[in-house]
Amino acid sequence: MYSEKVIEHFRNPHNKGRLEKYSAIGKVGNIACGDVMWLYIKVGRNANDEEIIEDISWETFGCTAAIATSSMVTEIAKGKTLKEAAAIQNKEVADTLGGLPPVKMHCSLLAVDALSEAIYNYLQAKGDVIPEVLVKRHAHVEKESKEFDERYSSLMSKSN
Amino acid sequence: MNNDIYLDNSATTPVSEEVIEAMLPYWQVEYGNASSLHSFGRRAHIAMEESRARLAASLSASEREIIFTASASEANNLAIKGLAFSGINKYHIITSQIEHPSVGKVCQWLEKQGFTVTYLPVDQEGMVDPDELAATITDDTLLVTIMYGNNEIGTVQPISQIAEICREQGVIFHTDAVQAYGKIPLALENVDMLSATAHKLHGPKGVGMLYLRRGIKLSPLIHGGGHERGLRSGTENIAGIVGFAKAVEIAFAEMEVLRDRLEGFREQLIETITAIPKTKLNGQRKGSLPHITNISFMAIEGESLVMKLDEHGIATSTGSACSSPNLEPSHVLLAIGTPIVMAHGSLRISTGRRTTQEEIDRFLTILPQVVEELREISPFKINT
Ligand code: FES
Repeated sequence: MYSEKVIEHFRNPHNKGRLEKYSAIGKVGNIACGDVMWLYIKVGRNANDEEIIEDISWETFGCTAAIATSSMVTEIAKGKTLKEAAAIQNKEVADTLGGLPPVKMHCSLLAVDALSEAIYNYLQAKGDVIPEVLVKRHAHVEKESKEFDERYSSLMSKSN
Repeated sequence: MNNDIYLDNSATTPVSEEVIEAMLPYWQVEYGNASSLHSFGRRAHIAMEESRARLAASLSASEREIIFTASASEANNLAIKGLAFSGINKYHIITSQIEHPSVGKVCQWLEKQGFTVTYLPVDQEGMVDPDELAATITDDTLLVTIMYGNNEIGTVQPISQIAEICREQGVIFHTDAVQAYGKIPLALENVDMLSATAHKLHGPKGVGMLYLRRGIKLSPLIHGGGHERGLRSGTENIAGIVGFAKAVEIAFAEMEVLRDRLEGFREQLIETITAIPKTKLNGQRKGSLPHITNISFMAIEGESLVMKLDEHGIATSTGSACSSPNLEPSHVLLAIGTPIVMAHGSLRISTGRRTTQEEIDRFLTILPQVVEELREISPFKINT
């Protein structure tokens, strides 16, 4: 059911864990399946003085595909400018993983949402202009998160 | 591959050597059609009837009460739909919220055909309350169908009590005994219909049976040449039937010894696994089917857990939403009141005839590591 590449990233996920120093977090969950993903970014600057994702990591409570897409989206985003990173599509993540079963496509969406959300939070805290696509995704994430907080309140209180 | 540990015997089991041996002649030597007049046919017929007698004996039933089918799903369908359309003017069915889909989905379908169905709730261990069941029986109740032992959590229902109530009230009682038959002694005194299958008992896939008490009329699902007393047309799967009977013979001969051994494993599994922080046993602590243990782990997801264990050559299963085609968590876990977040992290471990102590020990050293690994990458930290 899963491609070799998915299994590979599931078994040896890249960029897992929590960054010691991060600029922002993106927290997302999928209310249908119940999976949760937190994505951490550290923003730096490149030679052209553009803001880039200098470092990135994730923590995921979810299925094989959720873990593999967490790994892959962070691989793709690492080193990209914020603008480039914000433009990453879930299809790219899924394709790079050799495809996902149809029922698991939403896992790649979750990964992209987590990334967008982290960038959104970063820009918002800084008071920068936020690209339209991020605003849209944020609205969607926010809607789901309320329901989620209730469901996972028992877990949330135990995390920091 | 020899290092693999198969702990998914509730899904299916390996076929025993003795069973394969018993089946072998019926492919190339005794390949007759049991309906034929010639000697090939007669020998096939005799083999089938001997097998039928063996299954009947295991249920203290008579031969004519055993109907062969191609699966237990078919047997469940035949029992429920067959009775529903048998011409009795009663349109109410009682079942539970934790049935196998081959009962649950049939009931849902019958609702669309105009039947009324009561889905009885279960308690935290997954038990139906016989008093509650008795209270829902009406003059219109045609059938009560309650599974003997649950395939996900192992809970064994108070079947003799339930069957007795049904008998007193004149309601037909069916039980899906797929997981219980051949594993524990069954109380069948007032049971009218019972479904079972070979492949959960180290027999072949593709053969099941319905025990049908004499005097109960069913409408067949499959019409044709009139096999199985007109209840299930189609040339009989002689090899499969012979294999089924052999598997049952072994299961009943070994039942006590195997049950003790598997109960020992279950004890050890529960003790060791629930010692891991933030875990919970789903189902009965005592009195459960011996081969099924279901435990939830907080903050990790079941499909990942199954896949991680698979990496170590260990086969298990889960009731997590992520593993189901429609992203719904197990209806059984929800029915026993498991919070969604715990249903998300459920693991079913099911042992069998071939499971060894060494395998259980090895599984129990690997499992905590895997749980730890997955908890490490979870955003929710378990305070230990
Ligand atoms: S099943 Fe929902 S994120 Fe994977």
